[in-house]
Amino acid sequence: MAAVNTTARQKVGWTTANFVVIALALIPVLWLASLSFKTPAAILDPSFIPHSWTWGNYDQILSTSTFVRPLINSIGIGLISTVIAVVFASMAAYAVARLRFPGKQLLIGMSLLIAMFPAIALVTPMFNIERALGLYNTWPGLIIPYVAFGLPLGVYTLSAFFREIPWELEKAAKVDGATPMQAFMRVIAPLAAPGMVTTAILVFMFCWNEFLFAISFTSTTASRTAPASIEFFSGSSQFAVPTGPISAAATVITIPIIIFVVFFQRRIVAGLTSGAVKG
Amino acid sequence: MSVSAEVPAGTEAVKETRGRRRNKAPLSEGARAERRFGWLLCAPAVIVMIAVTAYPLVYAIYLSLERYNLELPQAIKFIGFSNYAAVLSSPYWWQALKVTVVITVVSVVVTLVLGMGLAQIMHRTLFGRGSVRTAALIPYGIVTVAAAYGWQYAWTPGQGYLSAAFNYSAPLTQEWKAIAVIILAEIWKTTPFMGLLLLAGLSLVPEDLIKAAKVDGATAWQRFTKITLPLMKPAILVALLFRTLDSFRIFDNIFILTDGANNTGSVSMLGYDNLFNALNLGIGSTISILIFICVAIIAFVFIRLFGTAAPGTDIDKR
Repeated sequence: MAAVNTTARQKVGWTTANFVVIALALIPVLWLASLSFKTPAAILDPSFIPHSWTWGNYDQILSTSTFVRPLINSIGIGLISTVIAVVFASMAAYAVARLRFPGKQLLIGMSLLIAMFPAIALVTPMFNIERALGLYNTWPGLIIPYVAFGLPLGVYTLSAFFREIPWELEKAAKVDGATPMQAFMRVIAPLAAPGMVTTAILVFMFCWNEFLFAISFTSTTASRTAPASIEFFSGSSQFAVPTGPISAAATVITIPIIIFVVFFQRRIVAGLTSGAVKG
Repeated sequence: MSVSAEVPAGTEAVKETRGRRRNKAPLSEGARAERRFGWLLCAPAVIVMIAVTAYPLVYAIYLSLERYNLELPQAIKFIGFSNYAAVLSSPYWWQALKVTVVITVVSVVVTLVLGMGLAQIMHRTLFGRGSVRTAALIPYGIVTVAAAYGWQYAWTPGQGYLSAAFNYSAPLTQEWKAIAVIILAEIWKTTPFMGLLLLAGLSLVPEDLIKAAKVDGATAWQRFTKITLPLMKPAILVALLFRTLDSFRIFDNIFILTDGANNTGSVSMLGYDNLFNALNLGIGSTISILIFICVAIIAFVFIRLFGTAAPGTDIDKR
C-alpha cells in the first residue's frame, strides 16, 4: 500500500519536473516569437502575449537584402561546409574504425585538440591570412574554418557510429573480390548513412550558430551570415530601436533549429552522446 | 595534453604493428595497402585541420612578437616579448580574465548541478520522454545570438517581461548584475548539453546495483552519492572539461547582451576589440596566444590532475 502511494507520488513528481523543464526551455523562445509579432507601439508593453498582432516585422526584414541575402549566405555556407566536413570526416572515421595504420591516435588527438581550440585564437591570424589570399568577405573564407571545426565533431560521431556496423559484411565483400574502396562505397556507406545524417545535422547546426568567425571575416552582405547580419538592422526611423525586426530575424533563424530538433530528436541525442562520452 | 594522453596508446599501436610484422615477416602486401589506404582516407581531414589551426597558430605566435597596427603599416617591427609585457601589465587583460573566470566557474558549477537534475528527469521519466528531450534540445540548438537578443529585451525596462517581474530593474547597465544575466543566458543554453552527456553516463550505472542498495536500506541520497556519482565520475569529468573550455571562450552572449560595457568583457571580447576596433594585430595576436595558453592549462589540469579520460583515446582498446 505504502509502496503504491510512493510510486504514484513519484509519477506526479517526475511529470511535474517534466513540465518545468519544458516550460523553462520554451519560455525564452516564445518570448522572442511574441516580440516579433508585436506592433512598434506594443513593443513598449512588457506583457508576454502581444495585445495586437502584426506580420509587419517579418514584412520589413524579408523585403530588404539586409537580411534576405545573409539568410541565403547562411544556408549556402552551412550546406557546403556540412557536405565537405561530412565527406572528409566519414573517410577519416572509416579509417579509424576499420583499418590498422600507425598515426591513428595522432588523428584522434588532433581532433580533440581542435574541438577544444579557442576560436578567438585563430581570428587575428586568419583575418590577416584571408586578406592576403583574397578570401576575406567571401563564402570560402567562412567555409574553410567551418569545415575545420566541423571535422572533429564529425570524426568523433562517425567513428562511434562506424564501430557499430558489422565487420563481417565488409569482409564478405572483400572475399567476393571487392577492393577496400568498393567495400567502403558499396557496403559500408549505405549502412553508415544514418550516422552520416546525424553528423550532418550536428555540423550544420554548428555552422548555422557560428558568430565569431562570421562577424570577423565578413564585411558586406556578400558573405555575411544571418546571425551576423542582425546587428546591422535599423529601425523604422533613425531613432527607433529595431526590436521588432531583430526579434523577427532571430525567430526566423530559430525555425530550422526547431524543425531539426522536432524531427531528429533521437538522432541528435544519439549523435551528441555517442561521440563525446563512451566508457 | 593530448600528447601525454595519446603516447601510451600510440606506442601500443606501434607494438601491435611490430608484433604482426614479426609473425608475418615484413608487412604483407595487403597490410601495406591497408596502411596506405588508411593514410589516404585521413589525409583530407588532417590537411584541412592543420591548415586552419596549426598554421594560423604559428603565425599568431610570430605576429605576437611584432608591433603591427593596421593603421600604421610602415611601423611594423619585430619587438620580441614587448606585446606580452604590455598585455600582462594592462588592467584590461586582468579585468577580462577575472570576468571570464567568474562566468566560467559559476556557469559550469550551476550547469553541472542542473544538468544532473535534468539527466535524472530524462532518465527516470516514463511518460513524455521524447517531449522533454525535444524541448531540452531547443536551447542547445538555438542560435546563441538569437537567444541573447531575447534575454536582452526581456531585461530591458519598459519592454521586458523579466524586467517587469523584477520591479522594472535594468540589470544590464550594472557590472555584476549584467554578469549575472550573462551567466543566466549561458546556463539556459548549455544545461541541456550537460544533461545529455550526464544522461549517457547515467545509463551506464547498473540498475541492479541501485536496487540492491535500496533493499539494503540505503536512502536515495546515499544511493546517489555512494553508487551513482562514483560510477559516473568519468562521464562527469569529460562533460566538465568540455563545458569549461567552451565557457572560457564565451563571446556571443556578451557581444549581444552588453558588448563588454561596464567591465563585462571576456578575454575573447578583448581579443576581438583589439583586432577590429584598435586594429592592432600584434596585441590581438598576443591575447590570442595567452587565451590559447589558458585553455591548454585548463585541459592539462583536467586530464593530468583529475584524470579525465581524453575522449577517443581508448578507441583501440575496445
